[in-house]
Amino acid sequence: MTILNRLRISPGVLILFALMALGALIAVARYLFGIGAISNLNDAYPWGMWISFDLLCGVALAAGAFTTATAVYIVGLERFRPILRPAILTGFLGYLMVIVALMVDLGRPERIWHLIIHWNPHSVMFEVGWCVMLYTTVLALEFSPMVFERFGWKLPLKIIHRITIVLVILGTLLSTLHQSSLGSLFLATPGKVNPLWFSALLPLYFFLTAVAVGPAMVIVESHISARVLKRGLETDLLGDLAKAIPPVLGVYLVLKVIDLTVSGKWAFAFRDGMSVLFWIEIIGFVILPMVLFMRSKVRQNAQSSFGAGLLVVGGVVLNRLNVSLIGWNRSSDALYFPHWMEFAITLSIIAAGVVAYGLVAKYLPLFSPHHVASPAE
Amino acid sequence: MAVKYGMLVDETRCTGCRGCQVACKQWNDLPGEVTRNRGSYTNPPALSAKTWNLIRYVETETNGKAGFYFLKHACMHCEKPSCASVCPVGALYKTPEGPVVYDDTKCIGCRYCMVACPFEIPTFDWHKGLLDQALIRKCNMCVDRVSNGLIPACAKTCPAKAITFGERDKLIAQAEAQIRKSPDKYVNRVYGKDEVGGTSILYLSAIPFDQLGLPKLGTTPVTALSEQVMEYTLPFAGAWGATLAGLALFFRLRNRGAEHAAKEKEKSS
Ligand code: SF4
Ligand code: SF4
Ligand code: SF4
Repeated sequence: MTILNRLRISPGVLILFALMALGALIAVARYLFGIGAISNLNDAYPWGMWISFDLLCGVALAAGAFTTATAVYIVGLERFRPILRPAILTGFLGYLMVIVALMVDLGRPERIWHLIIHWNPHSVMFEVGWCVMLYTTVLALEFSPMVFERFGWKLPLKIIHRITIVLVILGTLLSTLHQSSLGSLFLATPGKVNPLWFSALLPLYFFLTAVAVGPAMVIVESHISARVLKRGLETDLLGDLAKAIPPVLGVYLVLKVIDLTVSGKWAFAFRDGMSVLFWIEIIGFVILPMVLFMRSKVRQNAQSSFGAGLLVVGGVVLNRLNVSLIGWNRSSDALYFPHWMEFAITLSIIAAGVVAYGLVAKYLPLFSPHHVASPAE
Repeated sequence: MAVKYGMLVDETRCTGCRGCQVACKQWNDLPGEVTRNRGSYTNPPALSAKTWNLIRYVETETNGKAGFYFLKHACMHCEKPSCASVCPVGALYKTPEGPVVYDDTKCIGCRYCMVACPFEIPTFDWHKGLLDQALIRKCNMCVDRVSNGLIPACAKTCPAKAITFGERDKLIAQAEAQIRKSPDKYVNRVYGKDEVGGTSILYLSAIPFDQLGLPKLGTTPVTALSEQVMEYTLPFAGAWGATLAGLALFFRLRNRGAEHAAKEKEKSS
């Protein structure tokens, strides 16, 4: 403990670094001996936790960046500006984390650049790949003023300010395409996605839930960062932001009900384990947070808005897992449950994201847009 | 137009000798697999990077009679292959002659082809690291033989003449003639004629195809919907981008107007 104290490293930080080191070691094993050596992925389950959680959930949970940027720059809701930078940072780190996960999950990570030179415009994955590349670039540019301000680089700052509106429009466009295309990925697997989740509207569902989880994620993350970094919480502002959630979830819910009715699939909702998961998802993670966020008492209370935000986040995670993994139908009797090393890779990437967030919060002007953070502040 | 080839597999002739399974390994230089007894003749248990063609042994009951049947399980070489449709880099593609082949220099290993194939055919080198160069593996209809005037190794080897290689159209005609000739022997349908838009591999069977282990599929390719969505994507992106720009302009003008009005009000009061 004394050494830790002297180095001023808290046990929490130590755990984060231990996780990162473990992840790095496992990644080395993966590059030496193959994906099979560190995972339970197999020919019947070619996609597992990394795609379902790290990619699908990771991208959805990064949606706070584009929803907030849209609110501030396109709709001109200037009052949300104080939470813009943390939202952009979360989005940017989220996409970087997705890319790191892909570098482990892809069979030939050293060829990821093939996406640029070999095109197949029929493939949804082609769109996904391009969206990841382009939107990460946009996020990097949206993030860059924090670096430029820190070092007092006036010219690049000026240039970025000039093009910000273009970047934001581009970012919203790319996010729309990307969030929805992750749903479109599963349009190609009609027999394999559980009927309760399979629908021609999957792209729209993925987009709507991403729009709902964007503000929810900002709320959740503000609470955590306020507590950990011991800064004030913008309760009013977050309360206003939360107003956007119920209508979006409402539209999603209505569409889902109409969709299941029109396609005559309600029988599947009263059948098996997946039916139970369906109701848990709809009642516990869509209707409940929707009703909660409709009440101003909940929106204005730190604890309860944090809780309701977590429900929306949990709902998106459960939804992505249900679509891509838990409800997955294969003819073979092969089973899949993630190997502990798959969990370790995922956890290590999250740890790296947390550390990066902490470093940016410490060294870059994250919470005070127009000053360089000084120790006195 | 090139001649479009295919293979007709008459499962009523198959004796389950596994000659084709071995011939495939020989021609394609695929190693054997260490397996254990799982209480089934099917061995290895499933297709893999080392086994592209597998005889599956099916014990089943039809009309109250127990029976023992065989399924030659390998890539169907779809007319509209979903594996090729979903591959982001176009590593998989359909040749005009019929085989669906793989360009191993392009593949990035995303495994979407495995996810999308309705027959669950493509497999992956799970135990190869960066240096060993993991790849997607599957039957390629012996394209290297076919393009040199030979017939696929499995068809060549079959002692029971269960596998006929030839022009797809003629094979369909032949299969239908066979059904007409012995309607009691066959299910009255050629599997692969229309499934997912047609496949180059065609099956005749004595028992319903789903009992044999072939999936029940419609006549449209499973990727029809995703391809359609991809077609709309670019026009949608253009329209949505323009809408966003318009909205940004609209709100900017409106907010400026509001600010202006507020200032005027301040001045006058
Ligand atoms: S059976 Fe599967 S792998 Fe073979 S061509 Fe059809 S989609 Fe592709
Ligand atoms: S794994 Fe390779 S062949 Fe299969 S879809 Fe991905 S890039 Fe194409
Ligand atoms: S056609 Fe060739 S590659 Fe395909 S199963 Fe037969 S022997 Fe194997």
